[in-house]
Amino acid sequence: MEPARTTQTLTIAVAGNPNSGKTTLFNALTGLRHHVGNWPGVTVEKKEGRYRDPKSGREVLLVDLPGIYGLGAYAEDERVARDYIVGERPDALINVVDATNLERNLFLTVQLLELTPRVVLALNMWDEVEARGMKIRTDLLSERLGVLAVPTVATKKQGLDTLMEVALDVAARSVREPLRIDYGPEVEEALERLVPLLERASELAAKYPLRWLAVKYLEGDEYLAREVEDKLPREALAEVRAIRAHLRERLGEDPEVVIADRRYAFIERILCDVVERPQEAETLTFSDRLDRILTHRIWGIPIFLFLMFLVFEFTFALGKPLSDLLEEAFSWFGDVTGEYLTDLGVHDTVVSLVTNGIINGVGAVVVFFPPIFFMFLAIALLEDSGYMARAAYVMDRFMRAIGLHGKSFIPMLLGFGCNVPAILATRTLESRADRLTTILVNPFMSCTARLAVFVLLAGAFFPEHAGLVVFSLYLLGIVVAIAVAKFLRTFIFKGESAPFILELPPYRFPDVRSLLLHTWDRAKEFLRKAGTIIVAIVILIWALGNLPPGVEENSEESYIGQIGQAIAPVFAPAGFGTWEAGVALLAGVLAKESVNSAFSAVYGVDPAELGPALAEHFTPLAAYAFMVMTLLYIPCAATIAVIRQETQSWKWPLIALVYTTLIGYTLAVLVYQVGRLLGLA
Amino acid sequence: MSARNAVPLALLRPNEQGVIADIVGGTDAHVRLLELGFTRGREVRVLKNDFGPLIVALNEQRIALGHGMAQKVLVRLSCPS
Repeated sequence: MEPARTTQTLTIAVAGNPNSGKTTLFNALTGLRHHVGNWPGVTVEKKEGRYRDPKSGREVLLVDLPGIYGLGAYAEDERVARDYIVGERPDALINVVDATNLERNLFLTVQLLELTPRVVLALNMWDEVEARGMKIRTDLLSERLGVLAVPTVATKKQGLDTLMEVALDVAARSVREPLRIDYGPEVEEALERLVPLLERASELAAKYPLRWLAVKYLEGDEYLAREVEDKLPREALAEVRAIRAHLRERLGEDPEVVIADRRYAFIERILCDVVERPQEAETLTFSDRLDRILTHRIWGIPIFLFLMFLVFEFTFALGKPLSDLLEEAFSWFGDVTGEYLTDLGVHDTVVSLVTNGIINGVGAVVVFFPPIFFMFLAIALLEDSGYMARAAYVMDRFMRAIGLHGKSFIPMLLGFGCNVPAILATRTLESRADRLTTILVNPFMSCTARLAVFVLLAGAFFPEHAGLVVFSLYLLGIVVAIAVAKFLRTFIFKGESAPFILELPPYRFPDVRSLLLHTWDRAKEFLRKAGTIIVAIVILIWALGNLPPGVEENSEESYIGQIGQAIAPVFAPAGFGTWEAGVALLAGVLAKESVNSAFSAVYGVDPAELGPALAEHFTPLAAYAFMVMTLLYIPCAATIAVIRQETQSWKWPLIALVYTTLIGYTLAVLVYQVGRLLGLA
Repeated sequence: MSARNAVPLALLRPNEQGVIADIVGGTDAHVRLLELGFTRGREVRVLKNDFGPLIVALNEQRIALGHGMAQKVLVRLSCPS
């Protein structure tokens, strides 16, 4: 019996199925006092928050585990949840279940209980239970499972105080044994022989409840099987394998299936006594009727596209004016600060660093914020209303054809606005392969910043056909994205695609408060993380443009100019081998709009005279090749930063950096050389 | 225990229902199905089966599943009530 832990901060984890109201409950408990991050080394979102116990005034740390259906190791998020419970040993575990659907929700519950007895059940959506005329005997349920069950309505904050009281009580108590389910004579016999063998590896015994580990091993859990094979002495290993093989033979089918069946049988037996459903005729619900229209074989897609168009409009129609306002505010602030510092007699270099470097750099991030906020608001609205699952359903066939998942469509579309929120939107994809592929091809979707460059160049060189030229570039981006997605799926991330199986939650009117919270969580994260990286890069570029001391900013003699000169020959085959073009492309790495401002800096003209100035340095064909390069090469710094943030490693952003540049360069050269052969130069 | 007269769920037409007799096929898909509540003996009703993944009703929940997945679920047709 271990002593009750009261000295350090208590940690309580929250687990439950997707659509069980888990996140709503977590938000209701922590309010704004939580932050979103990532689990170390994976792309699964991690939320932590603080709850103050009103009675004792103690702070409790709440950890929101990913929404999962079970504790297998197939999905990354299930593994994350499992590792957390095993590794971190939270003081208590709140298991949120949808009380209207106990059969399925308890499937996770019993697996949690087999792992740890420190569990409290939150029977959520209790209002629904009552509305449907169901009767659930919580006392009996508690007794059978050996844990307390508290009815809650997270959306109305009902039952939460009681829930936390019980959870804190569980956290302070000493531990009993985990739940034991009777798996039937064959499996039980195998378990009885397995556990003593596993005990021989002291490392395993210290880390896992051994019966649970033995069950998992029989279930053929690859991840844990590997661990068992690593830690077990050789002679024991042979025996362990023999036990599993023998069991399979005796059962005549996969032990895994038998074990799952017995789990369900255990649940059914409990529920027979606990749940009483009113006999109702099977009718189509409101959601079903709505689905008849929204998932219709013909109307589903146009409706979806129309809604996406609305999201797009919403994001940029609302975001753009605010962005412009912020841009002006920053430029005004930069001017004022510059004047003020100059009046104080501060050295020019410092003034330039503060205004051109830092203020512009911070500005470059903050102007992204409004569209990002609205984008996330739109996405949260789609998610919380239940439509997102239908969107994935509708687009699945088309996306599957190009090697992506139905849910990949939304980030791809959002990429036309800005790749940064688009990449953040890939968080809705469960499978790592789907998610990484979607992230890596996203930068090919031409964003609004690139549009600024296209408008400038197309207007200067193809005034008659500017629209067509810009459209051709968008199309090129899509074609490249599809080709790269196909390639990645065929050679890099093969065979990991999640089979299409998706719960369609009932349609709901989203709750405004949780909608805003949801949105703010994601948007603020972007500000905090990408902001720091961007500012660093801005300062670097500024330094390169202003050194060695005494050079004119971004001139040929500055370091950036010298770098431009060094790389210019590389671009000769693409028709724009000038140092100015090199500098513009380098500046574009920071933010694609910077290509325009870099041109005006290096040609020393103001934006109004930029067109004619460009005409002296580019042929139309070279200009088109330059646009192809601008479209495809290195994603902007914010995108790189967000790829780094979302993949939790530098590996993928660096790979993206290399292959986008290669593809961009190859196609730009191809366009120029083929164009010359056709006599278009 | 193979089920006699069981047909893949993928073959059911809208509004037809059946009792799940067995789930066949690879472990990965199998577990996903189990976790979402496709277990032997449970009643499942098809709401949509024309183009794209099926939509089925399993008690209160609605689940979309691709044809490949629906081939793995064997059901015994029950007479429409």
